[in-house]
Amino acid sequence: MPDVQTLVNEFLNQLKKRKIEGSQATAKQTAELLRSVISQQRVPHTNQTTALINAVRAVGEQLIAANPVELAVGNIVRRVLHIIREEDLSLATAAMAGLGVSAASDDEDDVERGENSVLSAAVVAAAARSTLRPPSLQTLLEDTSESAAAPHTSSSGGESDGRSRSVEKGSKSRKLKHDVLEAVNELIQDISTCYEQIAEQAVEHIHHNEVILTLGSSNTVLEFLYAAKEKQRSFKVFVAEGAPRYQGHLLAKELAARGLQTTIITDSAVFAMISRVNMVIVGAHAVMANGGVIAPVGLNMVALAAQRHAVPFVVLAGSHKLCPLYPHNPEVLLNELRSPSELLDFGEFSDCMDSASGTGSLHVVNPTFDYVPPKLVSLFITDTGGHNPSYVYRLIADYYSADDLVVKRRPTTGS
Amino acid sequence: MGPPKKSAARVSEDPDELVRVPLQAVLLADSFTTKFRPITLERPKVLLPLVNVPMIDYTLTWLESAGVEEVFVFCCSHSKQVISYLEKSEWFSQPNFTVTTIESQNSVSAGDALRVIYERNVLFVTLKVHGDFVLINGDTVSNMSLTQALIEHKERKKKDSNAVMTMIIKHSKTNPAIHQSRLGTDELFMAIDPNTKQLLYYEDKADHSKGTLHLDKSLLVDNPSLSLHHDKQDCYIDICSPEVLSLFTDNFDYQHLRRHFVKGLLVDDIMGYKIFVHEIHSDYAARIDNFRSYDTVSKDIIHRWTYPLVPDAMNFGNTAMKLERQGMYRASEILQSQSAVVGPFTVIGSGTKIGNHTKISNSVIGEGCKIGSNVVIEGCYIWDNITIEDGCKLQHAIVCNGVIIKSGAVLEPGVVLSFKVVVGPEFVVPPYSKVSLLQQPIEEDSDEELEYADSTSAIGSQVDKSDVEIASEVDKTHFSPVSELGMGGAGHVWSTCEGGHEEEWRHSVAPIPKDKILEAIKTMEDDMELTHDGSFLPLSGELKPNSNDSDDDDHEDSKEDSYYFEKEVEATFLRAVHENIQESHLNLEINSLKLSYNKLTADCAGAVFYAMMKFALDTPHSSADSLLKNVQLVFTKWKQVLTTYLIDIDDQIEIILKFEEMCSESAKEFAPLFTKILHHLYNEDVVNEDAILSWEDEKKDADEADKVFVKQAQKLIQWLKEAPEEDDDE
Repeated sequence: MPDVQTLVNEFLNQLKKRKIEGSQATAKQTAELLRSVISQQRVPHTNQTTALINAVRAVGEQLIAANPVELAVGNIVRRVLHIIREEDLSLATAAMAGLGVSAASDDEDDVERGENSVLSAAVVAAAARSTLRPPSLQTLLEDTSESAAAPHTSSSGGESDGRSRSVEKGSKSRKLKHDVLEAVNELIQDISTCYEQIAEQAVEHIHHNEVILTLGSSNTVLEFLYAAKEKQRSFKVFVAEGAPRYQGHLLAKELAARGLQTTIITDSAVFAMISRVNMVIVGAHAVMANGGVIAPVGLNMVALAAQRHAVPFVVLAGSHKLCPLYPHNPEVLLNELRSPSELLDFGEFSDCMDSASGTGSLHVVNPTFDYVPPKLVSLFITDTGGHNPSYVYRLIADYYSADDLVVKRRPTTGS
Repeated sequence: MGPPKKSAARVSEDPDELVRVPLQAVLLADSFTTKFRPITLERPKVLLPLVNVPMIDYTLTWLESAGVEEVFVFCCSHSKQVISYLEKSEWFSQPNFTVTTIESQNSVSAGDALRVIYERNVLFVTLKVHGDFVLINGDTVSNMSLTQALIEHKERKKKDSNAVMTMIIKHSKTNPAIHQSRLGTDELFMAIDPNTKQLLYYEDKADHSKGTLHLDKSLLVDNPSLSLHHDKQDCYIDICSPEVLSLFTDNFDYQHLRRHFVKGLLVDDIMGYKIFVHEIHSDYAARIDNFRSYDTVSKDIIHRWTYPLVPDAMNFGNTAMKLERQGMYRASEILQSQSAVVGPFTVIGSGTKIGNHTKISNSVIGEGCKIGSNVVIEGCYIWDNITIEDGCKLQHAIVCNGVIIKSGAVLEPGVVLSFKVVVGPEFVVPPYSKVSLLQQPIEEDSDEELEYADSTSAIGSQVDKSDVEIASEVDKTHFSPVSELGMGGAGHVWSTCEGGHEEEWRHSVAPIPKDKILEAIKTMEDDMELTHDGSFLPLSGELKPNSNDSDDDDHEDSKEDSYYFEKEVEATFLRAVHENIQESHLNLEINSLKLSYNKLTADCAGAVFYAMMKFALDTPHSSADSLLKNVQLVFTKWKQVLTTYLIDIDDQIEIILKFEEMCSESAKEFAPLFTKILHHLYNEDVVNEDAILSWEDEKKDADEADKVFVKQAQKLIQWLKEAPEEDDDE
């Protein structure tokens, strides 16, 4: 087993050099890294929650700083912190129940557990917490949807829970860590299967003889469209090429290879084509707490065009893309400026950039992302189903705890 | 993607498994030049901050991300500083990336460095350079991907073991007016085979005054097509085969990588080593060679051409930089006054304070600087911990660590202030001046070889001695109330002897003055008027040898040429006779004529002979006998001149033919004397019997008219034919 620090350094390095691309890959790697951090963390007898939280925070802080624009890293760090808190809470409530109602309640608890043996520990914790707070709509929904959608979450977690529950307080530390690891494993599972879960909903949204428009390339969109095609829906796809990286070309190639009728258009032709389009389906880089979307450059223009012609603008986003921060937070870096060489050939224009001899002062700006305000988004399709932009705050309340919004241990001094 | 196990790579010595050998790089942490003086007297060039990060970090970061696994850092001057910097940095603790330092005090050039590496390579197993390696300077910034270039290099190597090096080049236009790239380097001419990408010609010191470029004729003969470029930039990144190291050891006079090594390989075709080029398109690569390229590359970094090597991603444990609107990079913890204006494309390091009404634009400011009120900073590179008091004005200057600029001082464009210099209040530092606490080394001679002169090492060691000395010097200057830099100033203004005043603007951080450009454009236009068609050479194009056309031209040209050549030789000869010039001098003159008319030695022999006979003829004579006498006199005196051109038998035959021609055409007076003079020539050893005999041989099939003189000389020939037999009898 390699040292955690070397793993962390390696991942930091990759983030810094911008070698990992795509929020799904980043999210998965972050979760895996945090899992090994937790599993190698020595837990003291007292205050083990704080110890775990501090360990995760210490690593998380570095990871976020390494590439602040990749919001998925921060999301996963906060998710893991949330998981630790929830597990701690669920253990605490269980202990409280144990103290209050004596051993007899153990059976009751087991019965409840038996009913929901498929639930994830986090959900149980949320349910436990719900005794203290008014129940959230999401937990109610999740109770049913999750049990139907995810039968694969084995009962091993529940079993071990049940087994270790009877063990006395001394081994509680090991149990907490064990539970947390279980939950993180589930999180990793969720991230890697989010495509499928989103794609499953495709049939409900795409109908016969519709025209779909998308921009750039997104794996989620690809799987979504393909899932609809699998279900014998016949429809057309317009792909805006997504300058300057032209990833739309790749998407179009892939779609055509899978037998979808695909047309490539330039980004600037979007407005001209939008009147023929029934629905815009795009991927996102991140979904902010207010329901705004950070998405590949050019999408705001598409969203405006869609609004003008009252075409639904649907954003596909795995739950790891949900960011609990608001776009106006000062520590949120909304954009990344990439190399101008994607736009134009350095050699051909080198004389225009020779500021020393005064022949030119050409500047090239190549932003990666756009911000699409919530009012332009019609629907979010996440792995837990479709949601309205105004509902995003509730999702975030379920996935994150408010204490973790600022991962930095030191409070930031005002600039 | 796992790192190949080193032991495994060593065990499998299968040549096909070359890919598994870890990729290595040799990084020269010394530029072996003096372009960055006086700063480099106190700190090695590779540690100078480039947009607040030492240059070597850019190079190492690139090597690491390009997949290089082992780097040998070659340290020469200030080696201690480089090594201690690397030890403190995180470079020694990287997984899958080892950095090894090699220290050498007495290397004065890149060639020496590679020779040292070769020696150590033989001696120590640990420093083994196994296979292909990347040769790079520690002042190169790049984000290119090496994969493609490496694959090409390896494939060429497999096919042709003489392909020892792949040079990385990049398209970049030069400024036609001043013959300079935007990096401040001289215009570079390259001839490349467009099909194989072989480099055929490399010239970075072309003479612009003539506006011509000389290519060896054999280049055009040997290559079916070649393209000549002057819009390429040399990135100074080379992928070398291990042979390169031994080549440097074999040719111990190779010093400079380009001037000696590359040109040496291109000219010397005995070994047949070949150099190829790989052109990069979307990637960035540039070497910081002088202050101008320091400025240009800094701007490229700020404009994010080097992504991901940009300020907001290149934070090595420092506080993070944040990119704000209009290319402003700001670290945290900056104290900036409300009224201060920070313009676009500016980088400000952490802990810097900026006072009221201060204006900063297009500049890089390091960490912990204190900038007062009403200061104007434009296009400057201000390093760490610098104090700039109120009301100063700085334009296009480089200011090193610890400098104090007192209130109201002005830095004119192109100023370089080295470490800890103090500029007095209200003092105006003149443009392009270089100021250092250290005295300017005296033993500078403005020789081209200065760059390799031992002064580098001498000064390097002098500085390495101790900081105490410098400190004491500082104290000394501190106590003097009025120094070269105004009240309370400290530092010596270096006189600009290198390059002279004329060339200062070429390599300075300051933009090129408008009048210089106008001047250059004017001279260029004048040149264009001089050329007949007035058309420019295309930036790059393929030149194919179209032999037919040029041959016809050649023919006519050569006829006229021969005539003029003979005339010139004759005139030279007559001048020599009248002015009593020494024979050897006359030979020299004729040789130069021969070269300028592109003639063979036989032509010279003919022309000189003609001149001599003409002279003999023109000398007054009464009868045929006196004419013969004249001829004999001339030959006794000037024979030496003629015989130097009689190298082989063909030259001698040429003389006889020439003589024959004279007798029948221009100087009929000689006709009756033909045999006698020929005999005389034979006696004087100007022509030998073989020549005469083969001349006769040649004439056998000629017309009767042409045989007049052969018949006349029949007697002599007969005699000659018998003579050897007599010898044999004896």
